[in-house]
Amino acid sequence: MIRLLLWRLALIPVTVLAVVTVLFVIFKTIPGDEATMIAGATATQAEIDVVRHQLGLDRPLLVQYVEHIEGLLHGDLGYSPTFRANPLPRILERVPATLLLTASAIALTVIVGIPAGILAASFQHHWPDFTVSAGVVALLAVPNFWLGMMLIALFSVQLEWLPSIGLSGPASLVMPTIALAARLIALVGRMVRGVVIEEQRKDYVRTAYAKGLARPRVLYRHVLRNALIPIVTVIGLQAGYLLGGSVVVERLFAWPGIGDLLLTAVGLRDYTLVQGITVLFVIGFLLMNLLVEMLYRLINPRLR
Amino acid sequence: MSATVAPRRRTHGGGLFLPIGASLLLMFLLLAVFGAAIAPYDPTAQDLLGILDPPSMQHWLGTDEIGRDILSRVIVGTRITLAIAVISVFLAGVTGVCLGLLAGHFGGALDRAISLVTDLMMTIPSLVLAIAVVSAIGANTTGLVTAITISFVPSLARLVRSRVLELRELDYIEAARAIGMRHARILLRHVLPNAVSVIVIELSLMAGQAVLVGTALGFLGLGVQPPAPEWGAMLGSSRQYLETAPYVAMAPGIAVSLLVLAFNLFGDGLRDRLDPNQ
Repeated sequence: MIRLLLWRLALIPVTVLAVVTVLFVIFKTIPGDEATMIAGATATQAEIDVVRHQLGLDRPLLVQYVEHIEGLLHGDLGYSPTFRANPLPRILERVPATLLLTASAIALTVIVGIPAGILAASFQHHWPDFTVSAGVVALLAVPNFWLGMMLIALFSVQLEWLPSIGLSGPASLVMPTIALAARLIALVGRMVRGVVIEEQRKDYVRTAYAKGLARPRVLYRHVLRNALIPIVTVIGLQAGYLLGGSVVVERLFAWPGIGDLLLTAVGLRDYTLVQGITVLFVIGFLLMNLLVEMLYRLINPRLR
Repeated sequence: MSATVAPRRRTHGGGLFLPIGASLLLMFLLLAVFGAAIAPYDPTAQDLLGILDPPSMQHWLGTDEIGRDILSRVIVGTRITLAIAVISVFLAGVTGVCLGLLAGHFGGALDRAISLVTDLMMTIPSLVLAIAVVSAIGANTTGLVTAITISFVPSLARLVRSRVLELRELDYIEAARAIGMRHARILLRHVLPNAVSVIVIELSLMAGQAVLVGTALGFLGLGVQPPAPEWGAMLGSSRQYLETAPYVAMAPGIAVSLLVLAFNLFGDGLRDRLDPNQ
C-alpha cells in the first residue's frame, strides 16, 4: 500500500506537467496580444513594446515555455496583471476557505445522506422511502446556484437567520455547504438505499438476526460496513463536481475561496491567474482521488 | 481514479420515469419551437414604469429589473437552453463515440494515445475545464458549446471504449473478423448497434448535466450574454434583487430544474427499460 501510494504521488507531477503544457499551448494560441492587454487600452506602441520585452513575451515560444516551467518549479506562476506580481501567495491565502467549504460539504453529505438512505431502505415502499426517493430526484434536478438563491431568499431575507455573503463564523458556512452538498446527498442517499436493500437479503444478515442480534447492531456493524465501499466510490466520483461546484457556490455567496478568484481572473482576462488556479484545482482533484483510493483499500481488505 | 464503478441502483417509479420524462421533454420541445408565438409579450421589450413588479394579471410571473415580462422570457429562453444542451451533447456524442470506437476496436498505440488524452482531460474538474475553455475562447454561445462539449467527451469516450472491449470478446465479432470483414463495417454494423442503448442512456443523462453546466456558466456571466433571455443569465441578474423581489428568481430556476428533471427521468427510465444488467 505504501509503495502504491508513493507511485501515485510520483505520478502527480507528471500529470500536472502535462496539464500545465496543455494550458500553456491553449493560452498562447488564443487570439489577442498579451502585452497589449497587460499594458492597457491607453498604452502607446512604445509602452506596449517595453511591457513585451520586460515580460519576455518577445522571445521564442519554446524559450518562454522552458522559463514558465522553471518558474513553476520555484513557485513562480508568472506575471499577473491583477496583482502586478506572482499571484501564488494571493491564491494560497484563499485555499483554506475552499477547503473548508468542500470538507464541510462532504461532512454534511455523510451526516444526511447515509441516514436518509438507511431510512428509505428500512421502510421500503412506504412513505419515508417515497419521501427520500422524491427528494433524491428533486435534488438531482435543482441547480446548486438556484438552490443557494432560494436559501438566501428564505433564511437571509425572510427569516434573517443567516448571513447571505462572505465567511464570518459558523453561521455563514450553513447555506454554501447545503447548496454544494445537495447533489452529493442525493447520490449518496440513493446509493445507500440500494446497497442496504440488497445487503439485507444476504445470508450473513439472516445469520446475524438468527443469532439474536438487534436490528441497529446488524445494520451498523454488518450492513453499513459493506455499504461503505460504494459510498466512498460515489463521493470519489463526485470529487470533480465538488471542486467545480464550489466555484459557482463561492461566487453566489461571495465566499473568499479560489473558485471566486478564478472567476475574477476570467473577468479580468488575467490568464496567468486563470492557469495558476486551474492547475491548483487539478492538484486538488488528483490528491482527492488518491485519498479516495487509499480509503478504498483501507475499508476493502480484498484490495490490499 | 477509483478501481471500480459502483452499480447504479434502481429507484422506484421506474415504470413512470420514461413517460413522465418524455412528456416533459415534449413540452419543452414545443416551447422551444413555438415559444416566440406563445409568449404574451416581446421577451426584450422594456417597460421602465413597471420594473420588478410582482405577479399580476398582466404579468403572470411578474417583471424583471427593466420591466421585461418574465413569463415571456422564460418561454422564449427554452430554445436557447435546449439548443445549447442538445448541440453540445450531440457534438460530444459524435466525438466521444468515434474516439471510443477507435480506441476500443484497434487497441495498441492508438488506444494508448486516446486513453492518455482522455485521462489527462479527466484530471481537470469539468466545470473548471469549461470555465478555462470559455475564458480562452470567449464568453459567447460558441465558447459555451465548445466548453460543454470538451468537458463531456472524455467520459463518453471511456464508456464507449469499455463497451467495445466487452463486445470484442464475443464470438460474432471474432467471426466477422475471421471472414475478412472490413473494420469500418464491423464497427458500424456490428459493434455500434450493440453499444447504442448504453450510449443513448448516457447522452440523455448528459443532456441534463449540459443544462446544469450551461445555465451555471450563464449565471456566472460566462455563457449566453444579455439581453438574450437565457435562464442562467436571468438568474444571475436576479441575484441582486433577492432582497426586494425574490419572485424574479423563481420562474427561471423552476424552468431549469424541470428541464434537468425531464432529461434525468428520461435517461433513468430508459436505463430501467433497456439495460439488461439491472
